Amino acid sequence: MVREAFERELRALEGEVVALGKAVGEAVRGAVCALRARDVDRAERVDRADDDINRRRFSLEERCLALLATQQPMASDLRVLTAILHIATDLERMGDHAAGVARLVIRMGDEPLIKPLVDIPRMADLVVAMLEEALDAFVRRDAAAARRAAAWDDEVDALHDQVHRELFLLMIQDPRTVTQATYLMWASHGLERTADLVTNVCERVVFVAQGVLEDLNQPHG
Amino acid sequence: MSEHEELPVLSTRDFSLWYGSHQAVIEVNLDIVERQITAIIGPSGCGKSTLIRAFNRLNDLIPGVRTSGEILFRGERIYGRGVDPVNVRRHIGMVFQKPNPFPKSVFENVAFGLRINGFRGDLAKRVESALEKAALWDEVKDDLHRKTGYDLSGGQQQRLCIARALAVDPEVLLMDEPCSALDPIATAKIEDLIRELASSVTVAIVTHNMQQAARVSDFTAFMLLGELVEFGPTREIFTRPKDSRTEAYITGRFG
Repeated sequence: MVREAFERELRALEGEVVALGKAVGEAVRGAVCALRARDVDRAERVDRADDDINRRRFSLEERCLALLATQQPMASDLRVLTAILHIATDLERMGDHAAGVARLVIRMGDEPLIKPLVDIPRMADLVVAMLEEALDAFVRRDAAAARRAAAWDDEVDALHDQVHRELFLLMIQDPRTVTQATYLMWASHGLERTADLVTNVCERVVFVAQGVLEDLNQPHG
Repeated sequence: MSEHEELPVLSTRDFSLWYGSHQAVIEVNLDIVERQITAIIGPSGCGKSTLIRAFNRLNDLIPGVRTSGEILFRGERIYGRGVDPVNVRRHIGMVFQKPNPFPKSVFENVAFGLRINGFRGDLAKRVESALEKAALWDEVKDDLHRKTGYDLSGGQQQRLCIARALAVDPEVLLMDEPCSALDPIATAKIEDLIRELASSVTVAIVTHNMQQAARVSDFTAFMLLGELVEFGPTREIFTRPKDSRTEAYITGRFG
């Protein structure tokens, strides 16, 4: 085997992007748990952890650039490196959405919930499962698994629509719920956007595995 | 990729070449497209230089060389009976790894091919035009007869050799590792020049520098142990090669 140092750094970057994905998954889970439990302390921890996610994303980007500049990677190596750059950016955006949900929890304080939270936590579970599956598919170069994970986005979208409808009804019935209902809509929207970003990650996995750029963000039949 | 019509100027049909009992090129089928730059890459000993030299019958000069199959230049068999290799070389020029100027003036270096071909037109004009095409004119125009090829820098010498090849107005320019003896600046100049030349001449270049193949060529052929493993648009070869041997070679994981 030649190019051992290059190979080592490439594998290290891949490991780091997966680790960053885990941290983002924890942030999503943590933000929605804090929302359900009205746990402001936990929400503050999630919000603070976003700085770390941002920092790690920049560090990944710099290491990718260094490798591109010094090693002139080609073919699958080039695809992996550009995928890592894209995935790191998507993960950072997902982290921002999680921090956004956490800040809503902080804003809501201990105000009682206008409805029991069922669908938003389900969305969060789905999004985190999608993300885990996507990153696993990345490591295994498994395009089929990535496509399957991306298809779950439809379920997240359906839940988001449901949450919207329910919150609209609540607002119409009782205008005093408007402020919190709006916050909950933002939270739902953040999760829906996070799922879209996971489908972007899935697209990169397909690109790494098969060399084709394919839009997986279309609604599935 | 370019929008030029993709007509093959040179084609090989099951072309094989032996040095004595050693088969250096094995049944290669390859089309070199008009006014496009085709790079031939592969590890040392893969047959890439042998193949490019076969395109203008330079291997004829080596004892014990035998070929089978065909190389067609505009549909004509260049190894056909009665084909004069000198005539082949007039249409298909070659630039070598190490610049090989003659110990003559810059002018005579460029005029050389024209003189032996009995050119009867305006020699000075033709020499100037060739030197301009080779992006060397401005650097040598005041010393055309005073300086010899040896007085030039390595990069200038190589451009002089390109001018010499261009002077006879070839349709194809073959380049065998044309930058391997040059520094990065001189290399960049030659690469720019190759891209410019492709608007008027078909270029086939052998290089072991993969980044160079990626930078300058439209099509890339990957050879291994005498065989053509993969041929396709350069962008495809360097981002998503189809053959695992191509992948292993261009990602540097060979051997």
